[in-house]
Amino acid sequence: MNTGQTANTANTGHTANTANTVNTARARIRGVPRALAAPALALLLALVVATALLAVAGASPGRTYLTMLEFGARPDSVVSAVNRSVVYFLAGLAVAVTFRMNLFNIGVEGQYRLAALLAAAVGAGLDLPTPLHVAVVCAVAVLAGAAWAALAALLKVWRGVSEVLSTLLLNYVATAVVAYLLAEVFAAGSTTGSTAELPPSARLPELNGLLGLVGVTLPGGASLGGAVLGAVVLGVAVHLLLTRTLFGHDLRMSGLNPAATRVHGVEPRRMVIVTMLVSGGIAGLAGLPHLLGTAYHFGLDFPAGAGFTGIAVALLGRNTPLGIALAALLFGFLERSALILDIEGVPKEIVTIMQGVIVISVVVAHEVVRRADRRRAARLVRERAEPDATPAPVAGRVP
Amino acid sequence: MASSGTGSPPGVPLVELRGITKRYPGVTANRDMNLVVRPGQVHAVVGENGAGKSTLMRILYGEERPDSGDLLLDGVPARFRSPADAIAAGIGMVHQHFLLAENLTVLENVVLGAETSRRGLLDRRASGRALRDLGERYGLAVDPGARIEHLGLGERQRVEILKALYRGARVLILDEPTTVLAPGEVTRLFASLAELRARGLAVLFISHKLDEVLSVSDHITVIRAGTAVGEFAAGEADPGVLTRLIAGGDLPPAARAGRAESGPVVLRLEGLRADAVQEATLELARGEILGIAGVQGNGQSELIDALVGTREITAGTVRLGGRDATRLGVRQRRRLGLACIPEDRHRHALALPATLWENVMLGSEDLRRRSRWRLDRAAAREAAGEIGARLGIGAPSPDVPAAALSGGNQQKLVVGRALRGRPEVLLAAHPTLGVDVGAQAVIWDLLRDARDAGLAVLLVSADLDEVLALSDRVQVMLRGRLTPALPAGELTPARLVRLMTGTR
Repeated sequence: MNTGQTANTANTGHTANTANTVNTARARIRGVPRALAAPALALLLALVVATALLAVAGASPGRTYLTMLEFGARPDSVVSAVNRSVVYFLAGLAVAVTFRMNLFNIGVEGQYRLAALLAAAVGAGLDLPTPLHVAVVCAVAVLAGAAWAALAALLKVWRGVSEVLSTLLLNYVATAVVAYLLAEVFAAGSTTGSTAELPPSARLPELNGLLGLVGVTLPGGASLGGAVLGAVVLGVAVHLLLTRTLFGHDLRMSGLNPAATRVHGVEPRRMVIVTMLVSGGIAGLAGLPHLLGTAYHFGLDFPAGAGFTGIAVALLGRNTPLGIALAALLFGFLERSALILDIEGVPKEIVTIMQGVIVISVVVAHEVVRRADRRRAARLVRERAEPDATPAPVAGRVP
Repeated sequence: MASSGTGSPPGVPLVELRGITKRYPGVTANRDMNLVVRPGQVHAVVGENGAGKSTLMRILYGEERPDSGDLLLDGVPARFRSPADAIAAGIGMVHQHFLLAENLTVLENVVLGAETSRRGLLDRRASGRALRDLGERYGLAVDPGARIEHLGLGERQRVEILKALYRGARVLILDEPTTVLAPGEVTRLFASLAELRARGLAVLFISHKLDEVLSVSDHITVIRAGTAVGEFAAGEADPGVLTRLIAGGDLPPAARAGRAESGPVVLRLEGLRADAVQEATLELARGEILGIAGVQGNGQSELIDALVGTREITAGTVRLGGRDATRLGVRQRRRLGLACIPEDRHRHALALPATLWENVMLGSEDLRRRSRWRLDRAAAREAAGEIGARLGIGAPSPDVPAAALSGGNQQKLVVGRALRGRPEVLLAAHPTLGVDVGAQAVIWDLLRDARDAGLAVLLVSADLDEVLALSDRVQVMLRGRLTPALPAGELTPARLVRLMTGTR
């Protein structure tokens, strides 16, 4: 009897408590910036799928995640993840610039590989002082990427060819052109299928020295590439371009309502061309962290695929430079921590699957959040419209 | 399938709408509207643009759900959740803009979604035969194998009608069916309608054109301000009475006499041609409002585009403030003092997800010029705030998205934006379309005040009240041509309706 009563009170207390917690949790969820809702939902979904896959593969999900986290959080891993993320950041930025205008540059892959090859070839043939040499190589890459993207832009403007198709297909053309140039033009005289080595003056310095000045020492062997600094500068520049210039304003407005921007005198064809040039230029830079920081030459083994990963990163980062940086870091981290999985006997492809699932779920989650937003906006409009829902009889309209 | 037309007992209407009310934010499209549709009748529904005809038909076709009121099918209450429900109940609709797959054949379009199959395979032969039968029976013959993209508008319309009949329609709704047709095709359409009526089907015929309505209908319902204001059997209807009912006899006649003194001409069109605009000539002076009246779809949209600078002018000239602007781009015209209230608020005027200040920046040439390459957020915010305060747009800050405003307040923003750069010429296209009465009054006052301060306003509107309430002079646009200008003082609503519909 007595015990029963106690249990009862305890129970009610508990329920009330839970309700309270749920309420505060709900309030907190509502407080989260809405921009984060979709990516958070996507990551959660990806985690669920990956957990299921790990279980199916016979590995303990909990232990695997723990191992990945432990390995990934090691200082040298962090530095490596940051280095790896730079290329994804640049590719994502290039894609995002077009996404903001409802254009789709799916051709970052071809743009960055072609640009890297040309930059490597030109850079290897020059003899210049360090800063100038790096600048010239960057300029070549920007021009090459922009030129390749310009093909798709002009096709769209002149002939109405969808840039989705042209940029995608130009990737294959770029692959063939790269193979041809490597074999026939730039690699003449060598049998390695590679451009000549870049001289030291064209290489990007490490940031370790700079970090040392502010009292940070990286643990044994780790080296932070100079490209990280360049990427941060570029990210800030793109942010300013999008939010603080009239061009950026027109670009965003074109993305939101192209018909309206046209009525107000923003020439859509000019916007398409300029935006694609900017996007291609940024894409051209994406291969440089590897070229100028690690490889120093462009060969058959030059990494491929970052252009496509960039699309995923842009989607995950919701097309803002900061979001893209976070998404790129996540992808860099996943890639780095995949290394430990092999050693642990877990198929490391699980990471690739996770990346894929993140992208798919981010698209789905984005749509879910967008619909919720739209419903909310509609409700808002309805509520505001309520007072004048019944207009005065028309007969009373005296001009 | 299509022969079930006379299924309802005599005396019972096929369809009845009782007390239908439908509200949208800021407007009531239908108010306590009744409509009785009987078998074997061509039933015309006439009324001005925005009178609520389309909404009523969308409700009948299951595309919209009424806020209140009942729908009775063969005397039995029914509820449509989607057009599929309406089609299953025997209601077919031919929209004003056809919904056909251009690259498919006539037969494929007709059977799409209602395919006849035999052992799981499409039975083209059977459905082809059924289609040909229907065509012969109603005088709607179209080659079943022809691709839609190769067909003219008249044939496409026949395909749309066949599509509805193939699905067993007993009630056929035709929304402005004659606007796209050549005169010969209109005669042919009417012959088909007579055939449909003879077979016991009901045809709901939505139209502006009184002469056509009078020649083809058995019954006429006049809608005004969302509700039925008149019911006539064929023969009883008098064009004069109908015209007065459509226009609303209780309107003040001409609002005001034309202003005596008119300033120098600031906009001059001579023989302008641009797609559907066949011949537009007009002169607009400082300090006057020139109304361009007309039923929608007579070339007004194209005229607006040609003036804004987004549509190519194929012949004729535009002179803006004494300069030839025929070949100038949008921005260059704005710099010559042209401002614009675009035709369609959501499509052409605003980017709804963007903030108020961003929308102000987008459409303010002076702000854009002043800020050069930089985005002068402070100036745009200030301008948006001023517009909001002056016009009573209840927005908490210039940083809310335009989508959060009611339709009336969105339109106030558009009007305020157009007026704030001190323009010489204002192109006001349907400036109060779909806004509530309060916002309409504010906008009308703004336009009048601006005119009194010397602005030249070209008002393009399909709303009779608006044209008559605001204009000093009026020109009517009919089939791409502008009539000569008439002083507003000489116009009555009835005369304007006659001019707009091309009736004597």
